[in-house]
Amino acid sequence: MTHHIQLPLTREKAAKIKSGDTVYLTGQIYTARDAAHKRFIELLRHGDELPFDIEDAVIFYVGPTPAKPGQVIGSAGPTSSYRMDAYSPELLKLGLRGMIGKGKRSKSVVNAMREAGAVYFGAIGGAAALLASCIKTCESIAFEDLGTEAVHLLTVKDFPVVAIIDSAGEDLYVKGRTAYLGR
Amino acid sequence: MRTIEASALTPIISRLCIEANCRLPQDVKNRIEHCRTCEDWPIANNMLDKIIENYNIAETDNMPICQDTGVVCVFLEIGEDVHIKGHIATAVDEGVRMGYKEGYLRNSVVVDPLFNRKNTGDNTPAMLYTEYVPGDKITITVAPKGFGSENMSRVRMLKPSDGIEGVIKYVLRTVERAGPNPCPPIIVGVGVGGTIDKAALLSKKALMRPIGVFNKNPLYAALEIELLTKVNHLGIGPQGFGGRTTALSVAIEYMPTHIAGLPCAVNINCHVARHVTEVL
Repeated sequence: MTHHIQLPLTREKAAKIKSGDTVYLTGQIYTARDAAHKRFIELLRHGDELPFDIEDAVIFYVGPTPAKPGQVIGSAGPTSSYRMDAYSPELLKLGLRGMIGKGKRSKSVVNAMREAGAVYFGAIGGAAALLASCIKTCESIAFEDLGTEAVHLLTVKDFPVVAIIDSAGEDLYVKGRTAYLGR
Repeated sequence: MRTIEASALTPIISRLCIEANCRLPQDVKNRIEHCRTCEDWPIANNMLDKIIENYNIAETDNMPICQDTGVVCVFLEIGEDVHIKGHIATAVDEGVRMGYKEGYLRNSVVVDPLFNRKNTGDNTPAMLYTEYVPGDKITITVAPKGFGSENMSRVRMLKPSDGIEGVIKYVLRTVERAGPNPCPPIIVGVGVGGTIDKAALLSKKALMRPIGVFNKNPLYAALEIELLTKVNHLGIGPQGFGGRTTALSVAIEYMPTHIAGLPCAVNINCHVARHVTEVL
């Protein structure tokens, strides 16, 4: 099934998305990868606020290449998600509803996703020039000292992703592979 | 004896860094386009279509194919009749520095792996390998290597009794364990023999071999074909969503080893298999 989703990603919208569905996201998403996630958790430990409202938010795991003059952003494909596994459950508890990355997630992330009614999306790893063409604005909002790892607010239009793990915990990596094992 | 100033390497390395990151080698493109015709699973087809669309956009717009523009591996095959005046590593790093700045490529190298993970700010140092070959030329290969796939690579000291079956098992287990993480379809480089370090280097060199060129030793060539078939029967498919195209190619390099050992390294490359070679 194909969905065109207007963000933010409410629990109701997320519930309609099933593992294996093609999804086009339009609206605002946040970028964060290893170093930014580490800082999110440090902020929460100190009782401080996150740099953006995480309720119904979608985080894209990306460290883009620098924008050339006249470009909104450089090439911007997903990085491997498992490195964020240590941090994601805590963010999901606070209302994070979607994550965009690539590759496997841990059991504790999938469990937290079920409770939060969240979806894990896959953007095509290595398709960074194509994905950049769906990003219309890019604004740095926190941790500028981290360079490519800083937190950016992106406006995306019909950003193409595949639902890998849905809010019921169904996993396309398991389903898709089983069908082709030994063929 | 031909004399070359080390600084002559700098502009070449710089240009090759940009070229490698924005233009996929023709053999890789051909193979991806061939694999597209072998898939019948709509998601796999869609993934390969998008991968093809992506490298076409990157080439037309001179943009990096992938945002992970990698750590730069540089191989210099230096002719024995060449005298290089000046410091080679400095000249190579200067080329990386220039190329990553001019090409708007991402700096992805940190100063210290443990105690100071601060970006070096210019993507240096390059991972530089030099070797001597007959002649009076320098063959320069620049291969930016992303870490999504590098992190899924492994090396193991197998026992001689593990033999061919042991190598096959280890390669399959490595690819299976990696699953979707290294951005399949992948290229699998295998290094067998030597010492732990030589096996790893051979596996990296295997990734530079053009797709469709097999090992000159027919026993290894047959093993490459067997491994490719077995890897593709794992069903992982493009991006790990299932399908027939898990790997585009398997290349093995080997060398003599110790009577007590069977070192085996598996270096995985993503579909953005970047490398470019030029002769100076």
